[in-house]
Amino acid sequence: MKLALFADIHSNLEAITACLAHAQALGADRYAFLGDLVGYGADPVAVLDLIEQYGANGAVVVLGNHDAAALGRSDDSLNVNAQAAIAWTRNQLGEKQRAFLGSLPLTLRDDDILFVHASAAAPGDWIYVSGPTEAEQSIAAGNAGYIFCGHVHEQKLYYMGAGGRPMPFRPVSGTPIPMGRHRQWLAIVGSAGQPRDRNNKACYALADLDRSRLTFFRVPYDHGLAAQKIRSAGLPERVARRLERGS
Amino acid sequence: MDPLGPGSEIDGFRLGEMIHAGSMASISRLTGESGPLPLIIKIPRLGPGERAVNVVAFEVCRMVLGALAQSAHHPTLVAFGDVETVPYLVMEYVDGARLDDWVPRAPLAPEELAGLGAALALALHDIHRQDVVHLDLKPTNVLYRSNGEAVLIDFGLAHHSHYPDLLAEEFRTPLGNWVYIAPEQVLGVRCDPRSDIFSFGAILYHLATGRFPFGKPTSIARLRQRLYRDPVPPRALVAATPAWLQEIILHCLEIDARERYASAAEVAFDLANPPQVAITERGTRERRASWAPLLRRWARARNFEPAPCPPPSIRIGRTPIILVAIGAAQGDEPLFDALRDAARRLIAADDQCRVACVTVVPSAARLSGERDEDTATGRHIKQLVNLRRWAKPLGLAEERVTYHVLESEKPAAALIDYAKVNEVDQILIGAPRSGGPLRMFPGVAGQVVSDAPCSVSVVRPRLDS
Repeated sequence: MKLALFADIHSNLEAITACLAHAQALGADRYAFLGDLVGYGADPVAVLDLIEQYGANGAVVVLGNHDAAALGRSDDSLNVNAQAAIAWTRNQLGEKQRAFLGSLPLTLRDDDILFVHASAAAPGDWIYVSGPTEAEQSIAAGNAGYIFCGHVHEQKLYYMGAGGRPMPFRPVSGTPIPMGRHRQWLAIVGSAGQPRDRNNKACYALADLDRSRLTFFRVPYDHGLAAQKIRSAGLPERVARRLERGS
Repeated sequence: MDPLGPGSEIDGFRLGEMIHAGSMASISRLTGESGPLPLIIKIPRLGPGERAVNVVAFEVCRMVLGALAQSAHHPTLVAFGDVETVPYLVMEYVDGARLDDWVPRAPLAPEELAGLGAALALALHDIHRQDVVHLDLKPTNVLYRSNGEAVLIDFGLAHHSHYPDLLAEEFRTPLGNWVYIAPEQVLGVRCDPRSDIFSFGAILYHLATGRFPFGKPTSIARLRQRLYRDPVPPRALVAATPAWLQEIILHCLEIDARERYASAAEVAFDLANPPQVAITERGTRERRASWAPLLRRWARARNFEPAPCPPPSIRIGRTPIILVAIGAAQGDEPLFDALRDAARRLIAADDQCRVACVTVVPSAARLSGERDEDTATGRHIKQLVNLRRWAKPLGLAEERVTYHVLESEKPAAALIDYAKVNEVDQILIGAPRSGGPLRMFPGVAGQVVSDAPCSVSVVRPRLDS
């Protein structure tokens, strides 16, 4: 069973399409979308319709803070560009997309796996898992062997050491990491639609559950087209540039 | 029946003779229908009373061996069982001598030690360039195949920068064999390939003198002495130790990782070419540092700041070796100039690179002259003078340039062989020229281009039209 994990897609149709194709070529047969499906990008309707289809076929989909904001729930933590994009996004969404977003849970549990957008410690508070302390809190609250999440846009793997402290690790694209079930793991799969680590390739991860292995990937996609759509839609220039530079 | 005894089975593998019973794991041969197989099974000691590090070492060993590209320098991993079910590793059985077998004969002759050491350094370089640091290098973890190639075994404490370091910060007492570990390992640093170079130096020291460079520490306080105390120079223990060997050993054993060799390939190079080792004060030192510098170092060691680990992968490429093939023939100054210009551009692009000036001459046996020039040594010296004359205008520091006169009837094969053994990164060679006097290696350039293990630049003087 190969589970493809996507987070922070941010209405980037080109990026999520490329990641899905990459995962399918590697034999993915299950999917999880870890929140922030919309925001920033120019294709909220197409992206939501695509993910809703996957959801109807059994994919895991959880809610992110941008998704909540698009539903009208106030979020003061969003910056000016994000606010502008959310305001624009709200006008694009129809009843169908709003209903889909409204149906999404904050967390989902499947056996020993917990899916959540931000920290499992308080899923609705959108806490960034930005270091071992936050990871420790999320792992303690998650009570799962594996926690898969997003929110932080950079790929990171935390593994429980014998000392009871999570250790951070920056994965290398394409290297399968054995994730023994006798340990606890927290994986931030990275942003598919808005990478920010000075690398403009889309992020995602693929978990081989039978063999207990997790592989992080960086996938090139047509970021030029995605950026062009953002400009044509009149969304902030900074957001378009971010896709081109990956920062 | 003993669950690990001969005849018992694990996941369909039938165990034979137990060849090693260590504190962390046991190792047995595997047998098939018609006798022993060329395989071993390694089973970690788990369960009550065993140490937690055993489990992690098993996971690390499996991860690192599984990630390494197949090579003669480490055993091939064939199969494994999981920690959650039945943990075991099935690996290639390496039928060879253990470096440990040489220990009782120490001090070894310098030439024998250089041969063993060069092979081991090449094996280390092989894993280092795959972003693996062994971190438990000791004579019992090194085997030699019958062709002389060294094999590193037991990767239970290794670090692979593409994988989570399961051993980081987990265990409070320093991991590894305290006789051989580097100062930064004492402090828990696990990502520096130069730590292996230190342990390698400690092994050379032991085999060259019969003594451990830092004794056999049994307390953390004693272990920490290597953060400020330099070892007794080998020459003070074995007077016959050549300066080049002491230079290499003490260069490996520098306290600060930045002052050691930057890569194991360089150590292999020096061990394979003793006359080329640039001897510094290290090589001729007769005693340890006096109390004044020692006191300064001791004060610093209390807040010892280990060198930052070099970034993965690119760290090995930082000291590339450029081979310049210089012809024995005289009088082709335009080509000499062109080769020098090409070398100068490479040197300017990388201030770490080393230049090996190489020429090939027929074997001494074919010489029959009476004059000084025609004797083997006379000719050798003349060629060395030519090489030095060629390199002088480059203005390179002494440790960055070496000179080699190879003896062979087949210049191309000799150059290629040299490039392989010394891990050369790029070759500069003169182009053949039609008409006119023969260029330095007629017909050789083409063969080198097609068979060399690295990039080859064929250099030609600009033709005036």
